[in-house]
Parts: sequence; structure tokens; C-alpha cells
Amino acid sequence: MKEALQDSMFFGAALSIGTYILGVLIKRRWNFFLFNPLLLSITATISVLLILGIEYSEYNNSAKYITYLLTPATVALAIPLYEQISLLRKNLTAIIAGIASGVLTSSLSIFLMSLAFSLNHTQYVTLLPKSITTAIGISLSAELNGYIAITVSSIIITGLIGNIAGGLLCRLLRIKHPIAKGIAIGTSTHVMGTSKAMEIGEIEGAMSSLSIAVAGCMTVGAAILFEWWI
Amino acid sequence: MKYIAQFGIIIAISLIGELLNRAIPLPIPASIYGMAILFTALCTKTIKLSQVKETGKFLILIMPLMFIAPATGLIESWSTMQEFIVALLVISAISTVLVAAAAGHITQLIIKHKGKEDKK
Repeated sequence: MKEALQDSMFFGAALSIGTYILGVLIKRRWNFFLFNPLLLSITATISVLLILGIEYSEYNNSAKYITYLLTPATVALAIPLYEQISLLRKNLTAIIAGIASGVLTSSLSIFLMSLAFSLNHTQYVTLLPKSITTAIGISLSAELNGYIAITVSSIIITGLIGNIAGGLLCRLLRIKHPIAKGIAIGTSTHVMGTSKAMEIGEIEGAMSSLSIAVAGCMTVGAAILFEWWI
Repeated sequence: MKYIAQFGIIIAISLIGELLNRAIPLPIPASIYGMAILFTALCTKTIKLSQVKETGKFLILIMPLMFIAPATGLIESWSTMQEFIVALLVISAISTVLVAAAAGHITQLIIKHKGKEDKK
């Protein structure tokens, strides 16, 4: 049984998709804030691998074909960006300045806190991409020679904060304008926060998805500057 | 044929992005080059929205699935992560709040300021 699963070309992919669907169903049934489909799927996948004693590399042999689509999917993020171009043009200065200050705050705060925790270079560059979408974060972490899986975890932890508390965070921080809300949620908590922003409102959702792409690109630039500080 | 052509365009742009990533010695992922190329092509109407829309949106919709395997890779790096798990959690939480505050307030400030100027 174990051998059959390990050698299968579809086990890893089926496990990933199956646990995700299960996660969506659980989220629908019980709308508890920690029941995030992605979080549930990752937890379930890890549990199954540990229980069956299957190596990650065996699982990834077939799961990697899904991950393969990450680059084309990120390329496709240009589509929603293009669709929002009129809203983008109208508020260009505010949006770009807002996202830029968010990106700068991200790199600067990670740098200062990494100093405080005396992290080493690899640990520091692992955290630098934490506020951007996993698609860009994975590639950036790889380019910076960080621990890719840990970058992904910090991105997901960050995303969960946005997904769980995006609206509350804006209220506490007194961010009221719909465009500003979307920019705040998207710049800080990427795709996972954006799905929350979509629930809050149309403009919030659109601005949040726009921030994912712009903050992602800007963070790549910021990381090049900040990379050598520790 | 429509979907094959759409998928073909997106894959071709990904390929160009990958080649640029190898040719240019900067830590810019292939996907970012690709996104910039597609965005420019859409703005200049070199590529029409209808030539990429459905397949592109489908890829964006199933994107969460692509995060599962890399995150599961945590099993392999768990011992490395344990070394700085507290730092990781604290840094993630605090910087997230700071980033939201900075991005949101700067945007809000400029929109309000511009609104006032427009009224004058």
C-alpha cells in the first residue's frame, strides 16, 4: 500500500487537491476563523505523510506538477491588474505611495527585528518576502538563497492574520477609505488577505488584488537593496 | 482551440520570463518578468484581453492549490525553523500590523489631500 502510493504519479497531487476540497467543505460547514482551507489542507497533508511514513520527496514527485503552474499563474495576475487600470490611473499617486511605504515598512521592520533577535543572514532573507504573494515569495526566497519552505510558512502565517482579522485591523488602525483599506490589506497580507477584502467590498477587493502584484514587484526591488544589511 | 491558444500565450510569456531571469543577474523571479510583459502587452493591445482571460482567470482561481506542496515542505525544514520560530512568529505579526498601518494611512492621506485640492 505504502509502496504503491509512493510510486504513484498522482498520489501527491490527489492528496493536495483532496485535502483542499475537504478544507473548503469544513470552512462552509463551520465558519470558525481558524478553518482556513489552505491551513487545513497543509495540516492534513503533513499529517497523512507523517502517519503513512511517506517521505516529502516521494509526495512532491507528483505534487510538484501543481506547483509547476505557479509561474504561469503569477504571470496571469497581470489580467486583474489590467482590468482595474482606470481606477489605478485615477488614484495612481496615492496607490503607489501607499504600497511603496508599506513595502519599505515591511523590509525595515523585518530588518530591525531580525537585528533584535540576532538572526543570521539566511534566516533574515527567508523572512524578507513574508508579506508578498507566495508565488513571488517562493521565487524571491530561492533567488536570495533563503529557506524556501520557511518563507512559505511565514507568508501563510502573515496571510492568515489578514484572512482572519483584515477588517478588524483596518478598523483598529482607523483606515476608512475603501481604496486605502484594500491597499492596506493587500500590501500586508497578499492573496489570503485579498479574499477577505473581496468580502468587505468590491473596491477593497480590486485594490487589494492590485496591491498583490505591485507590492510583489516592489518587494523584489526592496529585497535587492536590503539583502546585504545582515 | 481558444483555451489552447490562451494557455500557449501564457506559457510562452513564462518561457520568456525564465530566459530573462537566467540572462539578467538580478534576483527577479521569472514570474515577475512575465507579469510585466503580459501587463505591457495588454496595455499596448499587442495581446487582447480575450486572448488570455479565461485560462488566466482559471490559473488564478486554482492558485491556492499551488501553495500546498511548498508549505508541506515544512516537514523537511522543521528543525531549521525551530531555531527561530519565536522570532518568526513575532516578526510576522508585528510587521504585518505596521505594513497595513503604513500602506493604508499613506494612501488615505494622499486621497484626502487630493480631494481637498480638487474642491478648491
